[in-house]
Amino acid sequence: MSIAAISQIRLPFLMGNNLNAWSDALAGLTLSWFPLGLVIIAAIPLVFIALYALTYGVYGERKISAFMQDRLGPMEVGKWGILQTLADILKLLQKEDIVPTSADKFLFVVGPGILFVGSFLAFAVLPFSPAFIGANLNVGLFYAIGIVALEVVGILAAGWGSNNKWSLYGAVRSVAQIVSYEIPAAIALLCGAMMAGTLDMQQINVLQSGPYGFAHFYLFQSPIAWLPFLIYFIASLAETNRAPFDIPEAESELVAGYFTEYSGMKFAVIFLAEYGSMFMVSAIISIVFLGGWNSPLPNLGSVALYDWTSGPVWGAFWIISKGFFFIFVQMWLRWTLPRLRVDQLMYLCWKVLTPFAFISFVLTAIWEIYVP
Amino acid sequence: MSEYFSNIKAGAVTIATGMGITLKHFFNAIHRKGDAGIDDADYFRQVDGLCTLQYPREAVPTPVNARYRLYNDIEDCIGCGQCERACPIGCIAIETIKVLPEDLAVCGKTSGGQQKKFWVPVFDIDVAKCMTCGICVSVCPTECLVHTPVSDFSEFDRQNMIYHFGNLSRLEAEAKRRKVAEQQAQAAREKQAAAAKAAEEKNGQ
Repeated sequence: MSIAAISQIRLPFLMGNNLNAWSDALAGLTLSWFPLGLVIIAAIPLVFIALYALTYGVYGERKISAFMQDRLGPMEVGKWGILQTLADILKLLQKEDIVPTSADKFLFVVGPGILFVGSFLAFAVLPFSPAFIGANLNVGLFYAIGIVALEVVGILAAGWGSNNKWSLYGAVRSVAQIVSYEIPAAIALLCGAMMAGTLDMQQINVLQSGPYGFAHFYLFQSPIAWLPFLIYFIASLAETNRAPFDIPEAESELVAGYFTEYSGMKFAVIFLAEYGSMFMVSAIISIVFLGGWNSPLPNLGSVALYDWTSGPVWGAFWIISKGFFFIFVQMWLRWTLPRLRVDQLMYLCWKVLTPFAFISFVLTAIWEIYVP
Repeated sequence: MSEYFSNIKAGAVTIATGMGITLKHFFNAIHRKGDAGIDDADYFRQVDGLCTLQYPREAVPTPVNARYRLYNDIEDCIGCGQCERACPIGCIAIETIKVLPEDLAVCGKTSGGQQKKFWVPVFDIDVAKCMTCGICVSVCPTECLVHTPVSDFSEFDRQNMIYHFGNLSRLEAEAKRRKVAEQQAQAAREKQAAAAKAAEEKNGQ
């Protein structure tokens, strides 16, 4: 099978490569009164998060961190330790689900749920392929930035409900950090939205497609786009509580921060939420600045690399690999940099990122108005 | 203000340097770090790479003169008990049975040619207690008690950490003890008889 043929692969019951063809067809699929298709649409990202957290998230992170520290990582369970995560899951499933006696039972139980739902809701507007998007909102980007704030409620519920000073410290730090970093993050994304002229996630991607591949990406469309790109990347690290901004977890100071008291499946759900939001911010940065599901390969004369590597299936491949690339960079940074102090964290946000975000906002506006 | 920008520049430069270092290590993970020792000429010229040894299957060899697990060559042991007395933590337990004159040939000699005068039915070393100080080795007159380079001898049951070096089975030891006891009883009886005879003779005078 040639490369050109692969791009033509279509699911048998979903004929058509039009925008949102798959998700529209699925949305119309009902089993008598039951909206089966909608359930499948919701289940696809859920299964994706679970699989990716299982393979790339946990196993990949352990291996990457090990290689960066000249270690081997998990090696015992299965060849090269590939079944290690499954063994961990079996262990987590068997663990007793402990709720501390002095904890606020309701908040303690509901916290991980809100956290996970908060990170999962943003997947609704991520275009996983030109033919698939959960909900094609015309304010998709705005929704994605806004819904992440729900995670703060979950973190605060978990930290407060645990009735433990470390948990509460972690939760308070996390809330302060996420609320602060949303400002530079939102302004940086606004630069991308300004270049696109729309908040519709699918449209942002469509506007970045073209025969020259990566040259159509917004990162390369304006001389200042690297600045909001960098600002959003740094701010997204802080929003997902990743190192070097992991002061809400801060193993060496706060045991595990807001999830100190959690065990078993509740702990697993918190982890899943963390890996979910890691992919979410990576997908958002690649959608806004790096063309989302567009192939980065340009057409070179008769070698039509772009045309060969475009299509719904290729689109899913590109956005997922772009997301994974940024997750790799997040892990790479995590195993390079030490943790910031609280005051350094706030200094970076308010004195560095926010002013530069405003500057890049103004410069992008000028570029968009005066440069055709 | 210039400090502000120089801070940002320093931050960017140091982050880039650090990320370069970690990425180098990441790509070097396809190599194994060489196993040249510190006394090797090219110790500092080894490639960077994975350092992990997968322990039960790979291990750093211990030096030949390493002092780890104790071993007693019981064939050379004369049962003098000096090691038991020298041990600061009392991890050696010895029981001996005197060799009767007619058994001396059976008991044999050490490899150094010294006649053994004790059977050693019990020679237990609790290696869990042993701190490898080596005092017992230095006092051993026949050099039969030595430290070996074996360093990995963990056990699931602590009882298995007590190493038995005694070379007599329980039955043999029992027989030897009985023989000695009989001999002693015989000697005592003879002595008593001799004493009684002497007393009789004395009385008779």
